[in-house]
Amino acid sequence: MNRAEVEALIIVDAATTASRVRSREQSSLLALAAAKSQMESANLGRNGLNAILYSDADGALRAAGELGAQFTYSKTKSNFALAGVPVMVKDNIATLSMPTTCGSNILAGYVSPFEATAVKKLRASGALLLAKTNMDEFGMGSSTENSAVGPTFNPIDNTRVPGGSSGGSAVAVATGTVRIALGSETGGSVRQPASFCGIVGVKPTYGRVSRFGLVAFGSSLDHIGVFGKSVDDAALGLQVISGRDANDSTSAAVDVPDFRGHREVKSSAPLVGIVVGWPREYFPESLDSNIRALCERTRDALRSLGAEIREVSLPHTDLAVPVYYIVAPAEASSNLARFDGVRYGIRAESDSLRELYENSRSQGFGAEVTRRILLGTYVLSAGYYDAYYKRAQSVRQLISQDFARVFASGVHVLLTPTTPSTAFKLGAKSDPYEMYLSDIFTVTANLAGIPGMSLPIGRVDRLPVGGQLLASHFDEETMFRVAYALEHALGASAHQ
Amino acid sequence: MSVSEKDVRHIASLARLAIPAKRIPTLVDELNHILIHMDVLQRADLSALDENTPAVAGMPLRPDVPGSVPLERRREDFAPQMRDGFFLVPRLDTHGTSGSSADEDAS
Amino acid sequence: MSTSSKNSMATADYEMVIGLEVHCQLKTQTKAFCACRTSFGAVPNENTCPVCLGLPGALPVLNQHAVELATTASLALNCIVHSESIFARKNYFYPDLPKGYQISQFDKPLATEGHLNIGLIENGQPVVIRITRVHMEEDAGKSVHDRFASSSAIDLNRSGTPLVEIVSEPDIRSSSQAGAYVRTLKQILEYVDVSDANMEEGSLRVDVNISARPRGTTAFGTRTEIKNLNSITGVERSVEIEFARQCSVLTAGGTIVQQTMLWDGHKEQIRPARSKEASHDYRYFPDPDLPPLVLSEQFISDKRRALPELPDARRARFSSQYEIPAADIDVLTATVQMADRFETIAATSSDAKRAANWVLGPLQASANASGIPLHEHPVSAKRLGDLIRLEVEGKVSNTAARQIFTFMESSNDDANVIAEREGLLKISDDSALVVWIDEVIAEFPAEAARFLGGEQKLQGVLVGHVMRKSKGSADPKKLNQLLAARVKLA
Ligand SMILES: [Mg+2]
Ligand SMILES: [Zn+2]
Repeated sequence: MNRAEVEALIIVDAATTASRVRSREQSSLLALAAAKSQMESANLGRNGLNAILYSDADGALRAAGELGAQFTYSKTKSNFALAGVPVMVKDNIATLSMPTTCGSNILAGYVSPFEATAVKKLRASGALLLAKTNMDEFGMGSSTENSAVGPTFNPIDNTRVPGGSSGGSAVAVATGTVRIALGSETGGSVRQPASFCGIVGVKPTYGRVSRFGLVAFGSSLDHIGVFGKSVDDAALGLQVISGRDANDSTSAAVDVPDFRGHREVKSSAPLVGIVVGWPREYFPESLDSNIRALCERTRDALRSLGAEIREVSLPHTDLAVPVYYIVAPAEASSNLARFDGVRYGIRAESDSLRELYENSRSQGFGAEVTRRILLGTYVLSAGYYDAYYKRAQSVRQLISQDFARVFASGVHVLLTPTTPSTAFKLGAKSDPYEMYLSDIFTVTANLAGIPGMSLPIGRVDRLPVGGQLLASHFDEETMFRVAYALEHALGASAHQ
Repeated sequence: MSVSEKDVRHIASLARLAIPAKRIPTLVDELNHILIHMDVLQRADLSALDENTPAVAGMPLRPDVPGSVPLERRREDFAPQMRDGFFLVPRLDTHGTSGSSADEDAS
Repeated sequence: MSTSSKNSMATADYEMVIGLEVHCQLKTQTKAFCACRTSFGAVPNENTCPVCLGLPGALPVLNQHAVELATTASLALNCIVHSESIFARKNYFYPDLPKGYQISQFDKPLATEGHLNIGLIENGQPVVIRITRVHMEEDAGKSVHDRFASSSAIDLNRSGTPLVEIVSEPDIRSSSQAGAYVRTLKQILEYVDVSDANMEEGSLRVDVNISARPRGTTAFGTRTEIKNLNSITGVERSVEIEFARQCSVLTAGGTIVQQTMLWDGHKEQIRPARSKEASHDYRYFPDPDLPPLVLSEQFISDKRRALPELPDARRARFSSQYEIPAADIDVLTATVQMADRFETIAATSSDAKRAANWVLGPLQASANASGIPLHEHPVSAKRLGDLIRLEVEGKVSNTAARQIFTFMESSNDDANVIAEREGLLKISDDSALVVWIDEVIAEFPAEAARFLGGEQKLQGVLVGHVMRKSKGSADPKKLNQLLAARVKLA
């Protein structure tokens, strides 16, 4: 396959590829071959952008072959929404075909004996699982610098971070290697790297996608999310992995509508009747003026699409980061207790049980994970629980109420910047709290459990800027409706 | 509120993390630098919390029917040390020959 | 002065204060939060899955039947069952605890404010122990320390088994009350069929919190905890010994150290557990993997309606319905199986008193001798009832009935079939009796002459001879009438 053929294939969106494969217009092996070629060209491996930790080209090839056979002999094709579409999955989502190590030493070499529900659904839809992607260890970070195997680099400027923690998946999609990749987020780890890499990143409503097989960081905040090269790629990917799962008690028994219902933008004013909220707390005086300007341009585009723009207030927004950095570490300190060197993962041979625990864990966990476990242990410990954890959960309730009131007042979606800055330089944020503030506009949706997405709205100094759309619980449909219209209206200017 | 070196040693012990002594002062600073941002929560006005929180849906329950998620790999394939089907740990200093030591700390 | 009398002097000045925590395994097919079987095979770690091994990415899903059984247990213990309860994580490290936390309930348990009448009367009042709470939790696995030389071995087959923990108020004041509490509790849990409640097998385990305070005072003293007691005798003996130890410390001016004690049932000794971390800090918080457990009023009232008759009520009904001594009623109501069996036998035989004698006599003796539990005994309640009915109706003698019972143990034949086949039906037919009487008179002429001459006391001797001749089948009443008639004739 020559370069031109590869380039012709990787610009085809996932839905089109799948439809061609289903109709046997295109071999089920073709898109995979292009992805493998692009993976090399874009240099996603250990010595390049370091976006990929494990790949399984043979397994993907085998799956593609079986899929092709199915379409030759079977008539039931409609279920294969991702037929022949190569995909990648973040390294904290359990797979049988490749290790699941969460970017951590403590799980070095660990291959899960079961598979995540989301991965099973991808496979069942005909997707071809090609690689596991790099990440901040256990999802703890906003730059993918905290991986045990070293940082992932931003393909637009490799002196900069791709964002995180799902940086590897973002880079895989940004380089065109795959159209769809799974990430996960606890505080913005899909939307923020999507913004930094100039692609679409969506986090569904809490409970929309099963967490079974997603290695837990902060269980009440964790979501599996989807990166797409386009809005439709993201919508299609999310469509496939959504739905109630009996293996996850927090998975919601809510019908999954067609997220792609508005993919064809038919009129010049497709958003008539839609109210877009402009929350003033997300546009503080201190906000980078270039980012503000791109948001304003986006707002104007929405207005000209027929949407009504309404300024609203979410008064507890500034409390979100402190709340998040209590709740997430608290849950993490408990979730990461299972990594003890007894049943799986690395084990430091020791004479006593306490040494076994302490040495295995200290050798296994990196600095940020250690810091957060300590922080989480502290805020849950006797005498501090009420002041920290309990109080944080009450304030979290206030943040949820803010959203509930705004959506109850007739606002359909909110428009905000995804991040307060564009992709920063590697090593630029050595102060942990400064790093935490990169999540300032994204953590609120994790705290409230509402759906959110980032899509490209322009560039500043060549670096992508993401605009964030937030919607009310289980209303991804309207969020995608606005995103489809906006993507259509912005056209090439989204990447300029 | 702020943490002391003693606090950090205590929580590290609770969390089974071995922290080298020379790392402790740095961690104290880092944690305090984070915790100082949490103080703002103490000033939040909780009177704005809605009294009647929406009715809880409650958790879905599972029928009492065998059929757990199968293990596609043998335990021996992922366990660091197994013998005769048991996971092994350094011999625990304890009374008796078997039992659950739920509340006994293995310090 | 001997140690024991010193102790008894000391104990006389102090009052024992005890609260009990009882862990009880619920009778489910599968574990609390995964669909692994709860039956334990011989192969270690065989019944484990991603959830109960605590593998990365696994999530808990609660077993509905465990909720039903825990609700039933709570209602049987007169608790308020809450429409909303919360599962929390109790965080601590131990190799038999795969996730590094136990899923339990903490500040919002399933049920609270129950009470238990433990069947003792003191100062003219029934002793009632308040129950603080009943909550659901998962069991830990097992650590085996004697199998390998330098390692402890971890078997997680039990990991995740559903338990209820039943916590009493510190209302217990003596070892006999403690024993009665456990006995009563065990009986109720068996009655409502939520647990095997077998202490030897560990499906019922008792932790004791015990303190001593000077008589007449109300403040609680510092308590110690005795963990994992696995017999009622162990509960009774360990609290006596620990109480005596605390009293002697206090009498000597010492203070009690709050600590966990271990009971050695063989040596009847108590000693402190190894020193532990200064304090436990379990960092409880609501488990974010599990939304609140919400139970409808309908569910709770259905469970309440479905409660079987509890031991107290059954005892009361037996004593008003049947004329049986109180001590026998206690035995007959000891288990549901025993009580149900008795009632079927009583109804079939239409003589409760005789039924009680049979159950407590031959049936119990046979069950004990053969080691077959009562509810599996080959002589079913219905068959035994029919047998007793033959006796009640005068068709067989008690001696014959016992013989028939022996035959019934080894065959499926009904009592009347055996009675007929073995010739054990009472013969009240005059002609047969007359022949036997004639024969006896012929065989024992001296006695016969004296009897016929008016020595009435010899009638019994002759009756005995006829009975022997008839192999017990002669109807003694009829026989006596006929003999008496001979004297008149003479
Ligand atoms: Mg307990
Ligand atoms: Zn299991």
